Amino acid sequence: MNFLQRARRHASFAVGGCLVALLLLTAVLSFVWTPYSPTELDIPNKLQGPSASHWLGTDSLGRDITSLLIKGSQTSIAVGVIAVGIGIVFGVSLGLLAAAKRGWVEEVVMRAADFSFAFPALLSAIMLTAIYGPGLVTSIVAIGIFNVPVFARITRAAAQSVWSRDYVLASRACGKGAWHITRHHVLPNIASGLIVQATIQFAVAILAEAALSYLGLGTQPPMPSWGRMLNEAQSMMFQAPQLAIWPGLAIALSVLGLNLMGDGLRDLLDPRLARSR
Amino acid sequence: MTLFILKRFATFLATLLAASALVFAVLDVLPGNAAELMLGESATKESLAALSAKLGLDQPPLTRYFSWMKGLARGDMGMSLSYDTPVLELVQQRMAVTLPLALMAMLLTTVLALAAGVYAASQHNKLGDVGVMTASQIGIAIPNFWFAILLILIFAVKLQWFSAGGFPGWTEDDGGGVWLGFKALVLPAVALAVVQAAILARITRSAVLDVLREDFVRTARAKGLSPRQVLWRHVLRNAFVPVLTLMGLQFANLLTGTVVIENVFSLPGLGRLVFQAIANRDLVVVRNVVLLLAAAVIVINFVVDVLYAAIDPRLRLSGAA
Repeated sequence: MNFLQRARRHASFAVGGCLVALLLLTAVLSFVWTPYSPTELDIPNKLQGPSASHWLGTDSLGRDITSLLIKGSQTSIAVGVIAVGIGIVFGVSLGLLAAAKRGWVEEVVMRAADFSFAFPALLSAIMLTAIYGPGLVTSIVAIGIFNVPVFARITRAAAQSVWSRDYVLASRACGKGAWHITRHHVLPNIASGLIVQATIQFAVAILAEAALSYLGLGTQPPMPSWGRMLNEAQSMMFQAPQLAIWPGLAIALSVLGLNLMGDGLRDLLDPRLARSR
Repeated sequence: MTLFILKRFATFLATLLAASALVFAVLDVLPGNAAELMLGESATKESLAALSAKLGLDQPPLTRYFSWMKGLARGDMGMSLSYDTPVLELVQQRMAVTLPLALMAMLLTTVLALAAGVYAASQHNKLGDVGVMTASQIGIAIPNFWFAILLILIFAVKLQWFSAGGFPGWTEDDGGGVWLGFKALVLPAVALAVVQAAILARITRSAVLDVLREDFVRTARAKGLSPRQVLWRHVLRNAFVPVLTLMGLQFANLLTGTVVIENVFSLPGLGRLVFQAIANRDLVVVRNVVLLLAAAVIVINFVVDVLYAAIDPRLRLSGAA
């Protein structure tokens, strides 16, 4: 059975894949279409319930909830892609370097990665916000920095096991250097594990961005963000409790989809692991 | 064991120092002139000079760092510029909310996760197992602040069993009391614990399943111990090692979660303090609170390391080597 056939039969991957596809399609759609402008205020029609014209109703400023949700997916995807990208570029490079060089280089990289656990994304964001002020860039940088040691640790552990294989020894005996071995043997062999981790970190990034925006440290008005929608909904909790439902549901379904897809990918890319679980 | 603890303690102290240096570098050195950042662009030269002198910004960074460290060793965190109160006093007041909240949440997390994880493992591949795993997968995906808002909607807005936020204080003089203070922390603790427990339950389940496959469990069963005896005497003790490690790591999440949840429920804890300090550009408070939160994570991980070795003798032997 090829990968696609196995993927279709894997329930967790199939459900997760559908949810992630929905998220991506929504983000792509938001570039060309939303039912209303997500920044257009319509005070006379504020706090309306779901109707044919406003599928999920309107918020306290009369903005269409559906449009805000669709546009908000763009922010989540952008933060996820960039923050995970930062983690992959720097973390994977450091992890590969640590595994290839060993000795003090490895020691420095791994101690730095161990040390970083004391600064979760929120603490980094608090420090950066205190200096540079709140904003999307601050939150992306904070989440990206948090991702670097995660990828460094995983890459180094996976790369080390590849470096101990016989074919690497053979390659070294043929006079190939560390860069060549890393590029031709190590990286292709650890790529599947990194893809799985990237999916999981993407979910973590969406959650972190939502939390930072909810706290006012992330996305700033008028840019729509699911976290900020929840912040605004909380102040309207007694008048319009339904406002707090949709953005939270959007975050939860996106994260659930990415986590299920990550779990599924792990099983599909490493069948030995699936059998042992 | 003593050598192991000494080595771990040295690493712990080095990590703590590195954390303080990083916090100082980011919040004191990186902004250039911190006084300018605090007072804003419209500040006059005189007020800038006065604040610079007050903060000791005329001193070299290294001198300022050592003076901060010396102060911390004496229990002096400096003065808050926005509250005009010693930072230590502010932190002590706020800890009276944050610490009980974090402890309540951790206790609830542990109870919920262990119960759900052990139950799921005992029902491996049966309906109970699938139910717990599905619930935990959903729990992991739910943002804790959204869950907190949902709890407020149900238990404060609809049922009116709890207040939607605020903290009455621990004493009757403040207008509260032990019971009212505890009641105000119930929903925040549940919001924090349920999401954390979802992650820990999965680890507990797989740790218990791993131990159940071990030879010594088969031997214990063969010698006639009941399933309950096997579980309590052999399985749980061994399964606790990976669970404990994750609990240490989860503490960092719990602490940052506390910062978020305090803002959802408007609780006057450390989280609220640091956000008010950011809004007021009070870098002295931000610096001390951030270091305190980072130090809490480092301390907990040191304690977990030591406990870890106490439970599993192989670790202290390999660690001391």
